[in-house]
Amino acid sequence: MNSSSPAIEIEQLVREFRKGPRAVDGIDLAVSPGEIYGFLGPNGAGKSTTVLMLTTLLPPTSGRARVGGYDILRQGSQVRASIGAALQEAALDAILTGREHLMLQATLQGMPKADRTRRAQELLERVGLTEAADRRVGGYSGGMKRRLDLALALVHGPRILFLDEPTTGLDLQSRSALWEEVARLAKEEGMTVFLTTQYLEEADALADRVGIIDHGKIVAEGTPTQLKEEIGSPTVEVVPADAGAGDALAQRLASFGQLARNGRGAVTVQLPGGESQLAEVVRVLDQAHLKVASLQLHQPSLDDVFLAKTGRKLEGAGEDQDERQP
Amino acid sequence: MRRFVYVAKGVAWRSVHNTLVSPAILLPSLIFPLFFLAAFAGGLSRISDIPNFDYKPGYTAFQFAFVFLQSAAFGGVFTGFAVARDFDSGFARRLLLTAPRRSGIIAGYALGALGRWLITAVVITTAALAAGMNVSGGGIEIVGLIGLGIMMNLGSALWACGVAMFLRTEQAGALIQMPVFIVLFLAPVYVPLRLLTGWVHAVARLNPATATLEAARGLIAGSPTKVALSFALLAGGAVLTALWARRGLASAERAG
Amino acid sequence: MSASPSAVALAPPHLFEQVGAVARRSVMRTVRQRGLLVFPLLFPLILFAINGSALGAATKIRGFPPVSYRDFALAVPFIQGALFVAVSTGTDLARDIESGFFDRLALTPLRGSALLAGQLGGSVVVACVQSVVYLAVGVASGVGIASGFGGALVLLVLSILIAFGFAGLGALLALRFGTGEAVQGFFPLLFVTVFLSSSSLPRNLIQISWFHEVATYNPVSYLIEGIRSLIITGWDAQALALGFGFALLLCVLTLGFAGTAMKNRLVRT
Repeated sequence: MNSSSPAIEIEQLVREFRKGPRAVDGIDLAVSPGEIYGFLGPNGAGKSTTVLMLTTLLPPTSGRARVGGYDILRQGSQVRASIGAALQEAALDAILTGREHLMLQATLQGMPKADRTRRAQELLERVGLTEAADRRVGGYSGGMKRRLDLALALVHGPRILFLDEPTTGLDLQSRSALWEEVARLAKEEGMTVFLTTQYLEEADALADRVGIIDHGKIVAEGTPTQLKEEIGSPTVEVVPADAGAGDALAQRLASFGQLARNGRGAVTVQLPGGESQLAEVVRVLDQAHLKVASLQLHQPSLDDVFLAKTGRKLEGAGEDQDERQP
Repeated sequence: MRRFVYVAKGVAWRSVHNTLVSPAILLPSLIFPLFFLAAFAGGLSRISDIPNFDYKPGYTAFQFAFVFLQSAAFGGVFTGFAVARDFDSGFARRLLLTAPRRSGIIAGYALGALGRWLITAVVITTAALAAGMNVSGGGIEIVGLIGLGIMMNLGSALWACGVAMFLRTEQAGALIQMPVFIVLFLAPVYVPLRLLTGWVHAVARLNPATATLEAARGLIAGSPTKVALSFALLAGGAVLTALWARRGLASAERAG
Repeated sequence: MSASPSAVALAPPHLFEQVGAVARRSVMRTVRQRGLLVFPLLFPLILFAINGSALGAATKIRGFPPVSYRDFALAVPFIQGALFVAVSTGTDLARDIESGFFDRLALTPLRGSALLAGQLGGSVVVACVQSVVYLAVGVASGVGIASGFGGALVLLVLSILIAFGFAGLGALLALRFGTGEAVQGFFPLLFVTVFLSSSSLPRNLIQISWFHEVATYNPVSYLIEGIRSLIITGWDAQALALGFGFALLLCVLTLGFAGTAMKNRLVRT
């Protein structure tokens, strides 16, 4: 793989399960080296199936994919040597300690004996598990397990990292710590990260580019900003101090763009000219002597993008199906 | 009282329903006693040739009495496994939250155990009769035999519920079955009590299961013996295990 | 969370090192869950203690070997212990499959054969401990080993070989079905094979014809008789040849099929 060729390249990848719909239905995408690619979609959309195929754990039904410059079907062992993966379940052995996990992983990866201890310690420090290193994993919290999972994926120094819903079920603090580390890996170590998530804010905060998958198909792709711009302009919601002033408020704001009336006299209006029109809105309200209880600018979110592309809200769109059912 | 009955009926229905729809639950409780019957009555039939072995209906009936009572006891044990599984899966907590009378849960599991065992009892009795078992006892004796089985099943189910509710994990399985298994096998399983020798004879003489087993064999042979004593022992056992199960439930309630 | 990155140069891992790492983990798991060893260790001993005494009257049947029933029955715990090894091997492996730990291992250059060998290596350690305990308890309870000290050593080898074969069966079930529940569901079936054998009486004393037939065709009879011959007869070439022969066949078949199942389970591309 040279520096300009994609780290991950997928062409018309398909995976069909017996007695089920196509879990992955002909997706195409390319991820550049050093990029964080967010794969966003509800439960059962095909995210994990895609990751399992790209990590060589599940053969595709058809299509092609190259990871780290290697074909996932013909060069499985080279692919595995180039990647690290933290799959959906933090698959750990409750009986072993964190350090023992890392030593085992290092041995199985073929690391020289002399390097294993050093590497294990280095990674334990990196993920903040030094103190818990010699405790059995069964007693770890969800966040600690996820951090150990990440450390295990990094043991052999991979160039590409797959993270399948890495923060599902974590508290805010653990989540932001993990985000920080993932961002650092990409920024400082130039690692390519393929991250699946069902959290909008995670994709928004971490990903350089986002692919939205639904029913096995990619329905939108781009940077978070591009995607949001694609679906329209920001809106401003104005709540009058006097609920009876709603009509007057609507009359004044109608000139800006399409408006919607909410409860208690509140009015939401689109700003086709972007957020710079906010100052003008304030001026109009001031001139009309309309007293305002609150005024809020709403940027379009990835949820709006998902809604626009699929007709559903992301939250609750999942079908809760096991993506690896044969 | 009505709420108690509702809870008991609901839990019992689920227990029997799950047994009937899940081969993984139903088959072991059917297969084990059948194979014990085959292995003991078939494989060891020459035991009846030893001097002074004088059980008239024959060795198949002699072993049927044991397997019948053993299946009753293990019907209760298997229910204990289900209770432990319910705690592991979190379903038991849902039951504790929902049930207006929680003691109804124990009664429900016990009724479920009875339902499960009755299926097993029909199967092994049919198998024993098909294998040529002689039954000399009349209707009243057979009712007595079934009564012994029911009491044995009840005591065992309450014991198993208690352990499962105290420990609330499937790993309690060994602790549930081991004592039942030992008590049963320390009765005169293969030969009558008087033909046992050594330490097993001494233990079997004191083992309450011995009286029950002898009563069951007497009822099949049509010459009842120790029936009243057996019922009294089993009733006492049921009261004690009911108290044990209630304490187990209280422990589960405290644990939340 | 911060530290400097580390570039790691990796050579292809050595097979023995992989096997060692997996076996070490397997043994470590067993040692740290000693409580789980108690039931498989105690249960066969309790049955031995009870049956050894309760079936004492069986020695009065004409044709029964001129030994105590306890001597006759000591072979059975070794086989029952081997069944428990099968279940624990299968359950451990199935748990790894269910939890995703197996996928983690699949992402390393670990060879399927190394994973299987390592897992079974741990089981063999358990089997060794069990067999030594059964033999020690038997001797302590007054059982004499007719073949002497050398025979006791051969007995241990045979019982470990049998446990190895059954461990392969446990692994096969886990790899084929992928759930601990399925593995445990087979346990009653395995247990039944011991009952439908010459475990309680010599085959020539089994009266019921269908039972006699089943026991004759049941390989478990020959496994038991191989061990039993060392305890009650001495050096019986035929019984030993059949015992070792069936034990080796069990190993070859279960390990062969488990190897294939491992390949199918490790569907790495």
